[in-house]
Amino acid sequence: MKYIVAVIQPDRLDEVLDRLTEREIHLVTVSNILGRGRQKGISEVYRSHKEAGSLLKKVKLEIAVNEAFVKPTIDAIMGGARTGQIGDGKIFVLDLPECIRIRTGETGGIAIG
Amino acid sequence: MKKLVTGFPFWFFVVFLAMVVYATHVSADELAAPAAAPAAPAVDTGDTAWVLVSSAMVLLMTPGLAFFYGGLVRRKNVLSILMQCFMMICLVSLQWVLFGYSLCFGPDVNGIIGNLDWVGLRSVGASPNPDYAATIPHQAFMIFQAMFAIITPALILGAFAERMRFSAFCLFSFLWATLVYDPVCHWVWGVGGFLRTAGALDFAGGTVVHINAGIAALAAALVLGKRIGYPHAISPPHSLPFAVLGAGLLWFGWFGFNAGSALGAGALATNAFVVTHVAAAAAGFTWALLDWMFNARPTLLGMITGAVAGLVAITPAAGFVNTIGSIWIGIGAAVFCYLMVAFAKVKLGYDDSLDAFGVHGIGGIWGALATGLFATQAVNPAGANGLFYGNAAQVWIQLKAVLVTTVYSFVVSYILLKLVDVLVGLRAAEQDERIGLDLTQHREAGYTLLE
Repeated sequence: MKYIVAVIQPDRLDEVLDRLTEREIHLVTVSNILGRGRQKGISEVYRSHKEAGSLLKKVKLEIAVNEAFVKPTIDAIMGGARTGQIGDGKIFVLDLPECIRIRTGETGGIAIG
Repeated sequence: MKKLVTGFPFWFFVVFLAMVVYATHVSADELAAPAAAPAAPAVDTGDTAWVLVSSAMVLLMTPGLAFFYGGLVRRKNVLSILMQCFMMICLVSLQWVLFGYSLCFGPDVNGIIGNLDWVGLRSVGASPNPDYAATIPHQAFMIFQAMFAIITPALILGAFAERMRFSAFCLFSFLWATLVYDPVCHWVWGVGGFLRTAGALDFAGGTVVHINAGIAALAAALVLGKRIGYPHAISPPHSLPFAVLGAGLLWFGWFGFNAGSALGAGALATNAFVVTHVAAAAAGFTWALLDWMFNARPTLLGMITGAVAGLVAITPAAGFVNTIGSIWIGIGAAVFCYLMVAFAKVKLGYDDSLDAFGVHGIGGIWGALATGLFATQAVNPAGANGLFYGNAAQVWIQLKAVLVTTVYSFVVSYILLKLVDVLVGLRAAEQDERIGLDLTQHREAGYTLLE
């Protein structure tokens, strides 16, 4: 089991979700987040005083998958989120030791999907 | 053992009750009527209706100001701003009917202050007072003026936002209303007041309200010092839509403020209404273009700031200038306030958090002087001509009123702030300031994170 965390541009979210659905990956957690990477922010101006916008709005996706779905998930995110510009984001793949469905108490791979 | 009550509000309430008892005692005896009382002038229903509506509109400016300022602070301090504005409405309204109105407009003492004959509104009743407004009940004039007394100290809080203790705020506001607003109001508007006698023109409160509050704001910013983290670690305004809502309410209420100051529903009120609107439009437009030129983008915050600056500047002039004059006043307000807020404030390094001095102080001074430039008796025969209509002396009179108000307001405000600091402590504790005034001063939060 893997836990896939992706940080992407907010405006790419719909495209990524569509591509995940095409690959029958339905379970996903989405959060609005702030972060910074190599991309420079758009500085804001309030009464002529510049605020260097060092933190940017991003969207974070968290998806728990079985081994067979790791590559399709990464493909879906890459395909949907990639524009070729700095700031497209990153994907992190983590090992996931356990998963428990609260309703039934099932554990392991069966609990994920 | 837990204390039964907190000390500060207890003593504040005791003082308040003592004033109520005093006013109750005094107003029990009616004042003797003047020996040969002239026939009471007739009340005009149209004039009275307009002044009462205007009073309500001016009251609405204080909640409007609350949203204007409230949108500009950080999330953790939004309630403290709204609370301070509403406290001002309650506190100053009571101060006003108990003795503030008497100090401002009561029988003159040496041109400096009104006496206490009208404490508790004694002899301020249904029949008009021809010295101030001959066609409306005296109480209508009184309540109209009450709204001015409320919003003036509220303007100052933009300078000390996000870092003042609430008890210090209450005490300072009460003392300032009594020892700064009331005397200056008497000088300019009270019968016998020395600036009124000298011929200074202030139609709706450029000197009394805006310069007075703006200079006090500068004193407050200097005495309190900068917010922790200013200027680099202060987050941007938490809700610009709130600020725009507030600016819209201010613009609307300002028609009551300026056109209502005609104290009648007629040609003069109409002129004041029109020039108020035009000056605000000219200043908002100009500020947006200045932003566009200097920062590459026109900003919404700049535009509403400009509009408010224009409203401030036209206030003393509204009953004395024509439409073309008001356009120039609006343009000047935007340019001067822009220079102050965008360039000078940074160089000088003080933290006037929401630009109470930059907009109300500078805009007010420009407006008072511009009245001396653009005033014309063609608009108001009871006024005077300004420099551009052949009367250079009026500029000097205006300048004198500006200087007197500036010096008095700064010195007394400074002393009051130091006094309050000694008595209860001006600044919130550092930890409280970091957590935010909403939670630490009021035990409330403006927004919840979870449903």
